[in-house]
Amino acid sequence: MDLTLKIWRQAGPEAKGEMKTYPISGVEEDMSFLEMLDYLNEQLIDQGIEPVVFDHDCREGICGMCSLFINGEAHGPGRKITTCQLHMREFKSGDTIYIEPFRAKAFPIIKDLMVDRSAFDRIQRAGGFISVNTSGNTIDANAIPVPKENADKAFDAATCIGCGACVATCKNSSAMLFASAKISQFSLLPQGQPEAKERVLNMVNQMDLEGFGNCTNTGACEVECPKGISLENIARMNRDYLFASLSSNK
Amino acid sequence: MASTSKGLFGSSLARKYWMAATGLFLCTFLVGHLLGNFQLFLTGEEGQLAFNEYGKFMTTFPVVKILSYLTYASVLLHTVDGIMLARQNRAARPVGYVKENQAANASWASRKMALLGLLTLFFIVIHMRSFWYEMHFGTVGLDANGNKDLWTITVTAFEQWWYTAFYVVALAGLALHLSHGASSAFQSLGVNHPKYTPLINKTMTAFAWLIPAGFIAVAVFLFVVQPGQAL
Repeated sequence: MDLTLKIWRQAGPEAKGEMKTYPISGVEEDMSFLEMLDYLNEQLIDQGIEPVVFDHDCREGICGMCSLFINGEAHGPGRKITTCQLHMREFKSGDTIYIEPFRAKAFPIIKDLMVDRSAFDRIQRAGGFISVNTSGNTIDANAIPVPKENADKAFDAATCIGCGACVATCKNSSAMLFASAKISQFSLLPQGQPEAKERVLNMVNQMDLEGFGNCTNTGACEVECPKGISLENIARMNRDYLFASLSSNK
Repeated sequence: MASTSKGLFGSSLARKYWMAATGLFLCTFLVGHLLGNFQLFLTGEEGQLAFNEYGKFMTTFPVVKILSYLTYASVLLHTVDGIMLARQNRAARPVGYVKENQAANASWASRKMALLGLLTLFFIVIHMRSFWYEMHFGTVGLDANGNKDLWTITVTAFEQWWYTAFYVVALAGLALHLSHGASSAFQSLGVNHPKYTPLINKTMTAFAWLIPAGFIAVAVFLFVVQPGQAL
């Protein structure tokens, strides 16, 4: 198929960027979207043009590295998929495809379509863990009873791959879906209880410090999330933060 | 872990709690206001005297006074908080997308809350100038019982087609604002449960359309019947 690609090119973090047009032919419908970009880059290299920089790693939908805002949607059209799971059969010959980086103040552009998502790592470091005593008498996690329903919900929250599609798609560049998933995966389990209050207070505080926007409850994040993380997690974070604020000694 | 929190003031979540709490309080205000307005379906001198008696009660009864101050405070807080949230949200994405398909994943009203809120605020200013200001500071005639004749001011205002038209448009904007906000407030406060949320969402969506429809019905009734001409 023949396509017209409109791609954001930006030489570096401070450089001025712009949309550039690249006609491409010979794209096969079985190519993944990233393979199509590989194919474009091979042609650009042959022509002596600098290839387009974009994030990718596992290419099987589990690492969260591939990003891209394709035709106005995070990870392009299609639901519960990452960009590496998007295939060119979703497009037809003659289409114009807009490819832009994830846009947020907290996700600065490194080059072209590659953005720095380490703000997510800093939110995780602020409390997205449990402290386990490793002195030799550690209790087997399976020895603590967990209701099946809670275990399932915690697991669902833990499937968040931290790709940032929620931030990219939110009109406010809000990171609430990500933060709430990372808080919920512990707050639903007994092992997460000793640090539950500090966790939600610290992670929300870090999220605010990173410059993400607020939540308008549009629900766009849930629709575009490749892992289908539920808005229920945001509500859980909201009430956990409310109770923690009211009852914390700090 | 040492806790670092702004608590119930200043954090992103706290701002949303205040939006939700003031928004829901203002929803209860709308119910009271609408019940009062339904008296305007009563025409003639009987309606005039009853409505003015009600107007006197609403401006003098101490409990209502306290509620009215709470309402002013809620409107102010909801507005200031909303503007601060909108400014932060704008700053969170300094460079926008060239192509953005927002309709693919969110309703129009949910994406335009600030715009619909400002339209509602503009309406409130005009509305309060027309009636609240006249009642408190204007020169208002008296009815047969010696009460301030707010009824005549009200019915004559809605005899003008452009005033009624503006009112209908503003209330439609409010309906859209509520169509997202009224149920969204529960989510902001952390109320989301598989058993109750479907019921809450249905109830609040019905509320969002029926309450403004009630206000519009009264306004259109006054425009069509023109009860001020009959006296």
